[in-house]
Amino acid sequence: MVLHKLKRLFSKLGAGCINKVWRLGAGGRLFWLTLISSGESFRRFRLTIREVYFTGVLSLIIILVSAFFVGMVLALQGYHTLQKYGSSEAIGVLVALALVRELGPVVTALLFAGRAGTAITAEIGLMKATEQLSAMEMMAVSPIARVIAPRFWAGVIAMPVLATLFSMVGILGGYLVAVPLIGVDAGAFWSQMQANVDWEFDILNGVFKSVVFGVACTMIALFEGYDAPPTAEGVSRATTRTVVTSSLAVLGLDFILTSFMIAV
Amino acid sequence: MANAIVEIQDLSFGYKGRLLHKGINMTFPKGKVVAIMGGSGSGKTTLLRLIGGQLKPTKGQVQVGGEVVHQQDREGIYRLRRKMGMLFQHGALFTDLSVFENVAFPMREHTNLPESMIRDLVLLKLNAVGLRGAHALMPTELSGGMARRVALARAIALDPSIIMYDEPFAGLDPISMAVICDLIRSLNDALGATSIIVTHDVEETFQFADYVYFVADGVVAAEGTPDDLRNSELPFVHQFVHGEKDGPVPFHYAAPEYHASLLRGAR
Repeated sequence: MVLHKLKRLFSKLGAGCINKVWRLGAGGRLFWLTLISSGESFRRFRLTIREVYFTGVLSLIIILVSAFFVGMVLALQGYHTLQKYGSSEAIGVLVALALVRELGPVVTALLFAGRAGTAITAEIGLMKATEQLSAMEMMAVSPIARVIAPRFWAGVIAMPVLATLFSMVGILGGYLVAVPLIGVDAGAFWSQMQANVDWEFDILNGVFKSVVFGVACTMIALFEGYDAPPTAEGVSRATTRTVVTSSLAVLGLDFILTSFMIAV
Repeated sequence: MANAIVEIQDLSFGYKGRLLHKGINMTFPKGKVVAIMGGSGSGKTTLLRLIGGQLKPTKGQVQVGGEVVHQQDREGIYRLRRKMGMLFQHGALFTDLSVFENVAFPMREHTNLPESMIRDLVLLKLNAVGLRGAHALMPTELSGGMARRVALARAIALDPSIIMYDEPFAGLDPISMAVICDLIRSLNDALGATSIIVTHDVEETFQFADYVYFVADGVVAAEGTPDDLRNSELPFVHQFVHGEKDGPVPFHYAAPEYHASLLRGAR
């Protein structure tokens, strides 16, 4: 009896692992097919622009509002600690570095996965469930070139722009709390920031991170939609998986990228 | 058959070792309307996907215009598909495009026609299905029957030589059903095309089909003209055509003996 249960446990574990590896392979294959089918999304850039609107512009509100609050909280928390050491003027640097290096790319990617990623998965999943992708195939039009690739590039374009806007608005939020509210000197706030935020090490690395997150989040959302069982239940499960997988991927990738950046 | 445009030869197909089709032979002559009938889950739609090259046969082959479909590379399959139009069960209209853009889609993808000509052609196709006036609507604003007609206009956008219909009558009211019946026949004759219809609606199909294949248990159980089949003495065909609830296809799903099950308290 125990042996039987153990056997079942192992076979379940094995099946789960095989399934995960299979999905990773299928995702990699879709990524490759998307890259080689990308010509269409550049030749007819209108398709990609349209998707930039849906993934990027429509995510603006949630990204900007979140950024504003994140910046304000950072300033409050930062001031609380810094003032103990008498260096409350360094608050500008703290807010800027935290946002540009980490919070900008990471929180944007997490919000993007929740807002745009789920929308992409649901849309592609529904297109599959209602046979729209099949219909396209039967019309001798590749759904990967026509549907997947433009959305992929739109995500990759939108993410760094959103992350940059997130950092900008976050810094503005931090400024509003630190300077007019708490009374930190405005000159010190900006000049310390200017002196200590490095263009290459801080800003470009942050942008690079957001590009990588853009690729990961968009590809995960597209794959989940493309791979979803063509039923209402299948699509809803895929949408959930998009958020979970994207979030974990973003946080994991962030650690790997940061360790490389700091080591270099 | 000499003028066969689609030919299915000794075709077997299955998933994961379970065969859905076991050696099917069918011929679709040019200019004819041929129906494939059978119960739900008998693999009728799969046959259309095999003809369209979306699936590969386990054994045997499908020929379209003399070319073996599964031996083609991607380009070859796409070339063959340009000769085909397919009407999906629920239309499969692109929900983000208007009715006009849906019908224009194949033209925009495969031709370099000027916008004015695309406009004329789209309106022509929409007029053929009686929906020229609905060109500006979005798919969500259409009834089931209208969506099916728009999808039909899209399927014939590039004047295909083969039109495939997957359950064209499913979920339609009697008026829409009559309209679709009429359109299938008239468009087939006007375009000089060949129509392949997968359906289980006996009465409607028998009104206009030239030839009918019955698929059951993975094989062609019967074939003939609608009149032949209406008078058929084959038990399966008789049950299907007359919609009898019991016969070769049993009412009860396979189960242990009823009395014994009750006494044992078994499930």
